[in-house]
Amino acid sequence: MQTEKPEYVDFAVTARKYKTLLTKKYQNRKPWVNPSPYEIQSIIPGTILEVFVKEGDIVKEGAPLLILEAMKMQNRIEMPFTARIKKINVEVGVRIPKELLMIELEAVDIEE
Amino acid sequence: MTLKKNILALRQKKAIVEKGGGDKAIEKQVAMGKMTARDRILALLDVDSFHEYDLFVEHEERNFGMDDKVLAGDGVITGTGTIKGAPICIYAQDFTVMGGSLGLKHARKITKIMDHALRMKVPCIGINDSGGARIQEGIGALAGYGEIFYRNTMASGVIPQISVILGPCAGGAVYSPALTDFVFVVENISKMFITGPNVIETVLGEKISQEDLGGARVHAEITGNAHFYALSEMECLEQIKELVSLIPHSNQEKAAKIEPKEPNFPKNIENIIPADPKQPYDVRDVILALSDDSKFLEVQELWAANIVIGFGRMNGETVGFVANQPMYLAGVLDCDASDKAARFIRYCDAFNIPIITLEDMPGYLPGVDQEHAGVIRHGAKMLYAYSEATVPKITVILRKAYGGGYIAMNSRHLGADFMFAWPGAEIAVMGPEGAANIIFRKEIMEAEDEDAMRQQKVQEYIEKFANPFVAASKGYIDAVIEPMETRELLLHALEVSKNKDDYRPAKKHGVPPF
Repeated sequence: MQTEKPEYVDFAVTARKYKTLLTKKYQNRKPWVNPSPYEIQSIIPGTILEVFVKEGDIVKEGAPLLILEAMKMQNRIEMPFTARIKKINVEVGVRIPKELLMIELEAVDIEE
Repeated sequence: MTLKKNILALRQKKAIVEKGGGDKAIEKQVAMGKMTARDRILALLDVDSFHEYDLFVEHEERNFGMDDKVLAGDGVITGTGTIKGAPICIYAQDFTVMGGSLGLKHARKITKIMDHALRMKVPCIGINDSGGARIQEGIGALAGYGEIFYRNTMASGVIPQISVILGPCAGGAVYSPALTDFVFVVENISKMFITGPNVIETVLGEKISQEDLGGARVHAEITGNAHFYALSEMECLEQIKELVSLIPHSNQEKAAKIEPKEPNFPKNIENIIPADPKQPYDVRDVILALSDDSKFLEVQELWAANIVIGFGRMNGETVGFVANQPMYLAGVLDCDASDKAARFIRYCDAFNIPIITLEDMPGYLPGVDQEHAGVIRHGAKMLYAYSEATVPKITVILRKAYGGGYIAMNSRHLGADFMFAWPGAEIAVMGPEGAANIIFRKEIMEAEDEDAMRQQKVQEYIEKFANPFVAASKGYIDAVIEPMETRELLLHALEVSKNKDDYRPAKKHGVPPF
């Protein structure tokens, strides 16, 4: 069917490599990365309505971090575990996409 | 004399309504590179075969200044006609009339022609070109959409339903095409999305054009919503004519038989497939070498290109082909390929079209994205569709048939009526390299030269197991055949399967992994 010879690439399926073409969808797929518990990402695009913490704060598990308004719903994002706020990458009023790194955490000793 | 006067009045009245939104609106439509709704119908149907109904239907909305608005035909043309002599029902939304917006009466004209199509057992073709719900009619427009979706579902598997997207088709409107059997799109003209670029930008701040969000190419290649993609409206209409001539017009008939013609593919079928199982080729060449007149109408050509589906004829009668495509992603099965094949298999089964499966498949696509996208759930659709199908089911294993993919590709175990394999077929639980690594792990690890031992064991495995004869010795393969014999055997298998009778346990319906 095709007139000119396409540029085939090596493609591994189990132990064997096949010569083939890649689909656009395959080429554009995102490689999976293990999510870090110290990175709080947005799970839905929206607008930051309020930020309750500042960098350097030690925040207890379950305490509110920020309000992310998305789909007309105000979502309260909470601290997943007790830790220190290392960096805040968002501010009030800003519209953010999905999977944006909003807040970075760092571990603290329980005694602190 | 009064009759004559009445006839003249009727003609005048018709002429006005047939103008749709009027000259200015028509000019605008043409300037957008689009045909008018009426011209589309006339270009698609046989000359002088179109007959229109409900021309004088008017909307009944009284709010928001609608009481003094006259909308020709309420923005949609409905009627009956023929395509290559075959009767069909058709409707076309008229964008020149208030943007083709859908109000209750507009929808009721559509549901009326759909009801007719279902009763008369003829295909129903819908041409979509509409800005969406007529907001002034509020819930009436939503009711209209719902009534269309309900009929789409009732007619599914009874009569062919074809959706042609020749303009915008947004919001709720997209779900009627999605419920139908075949969706046709045209470059630069078709736009389909649930929420448009404006909403996406307002809510999410993401900027994207209509074309990039839901243009023809996007639906043909990325989403899989479209089945046929054309560069112009005229090309699209020709594609529809070809499809209509290939498919049965209801689930109670077979497709029209035509004079059979031998294939005329220039390449010898023996020379299409490289002997090295790692080398690619275009499996459509094998289809062309087998089908009548070397003709094949491919469905969803651009989406999930690692599997090929479509219609051809064998001995003048329509068959459905399902074939792994080694040219893309080595012909693996993945989420999209399984989805694509499963729906096609169910279509063929619903409409009495025998299925020929051509298998050359290294397995399922490995990867986190596939597993997390639900390849288990999607892959299961294919097993379900093949197992459930009662039409004649014939498989030819061309080269590789490994693992779960071997089972999925219409194996004997899922109820294939005929299983053929070419002599070079490798039918095994997995590729020889993988299998040898597991079975002979100890020998390989203990060998002085691991690679040499691995090579030797792989070779041993290929000779002993990666061939069609193990499966043939168990009766899972009915015959190991020469490539040159394939067409003749397929014709024979179809011939002797003509009166196939295969019952399924009584049930309301199954619960496939949708």
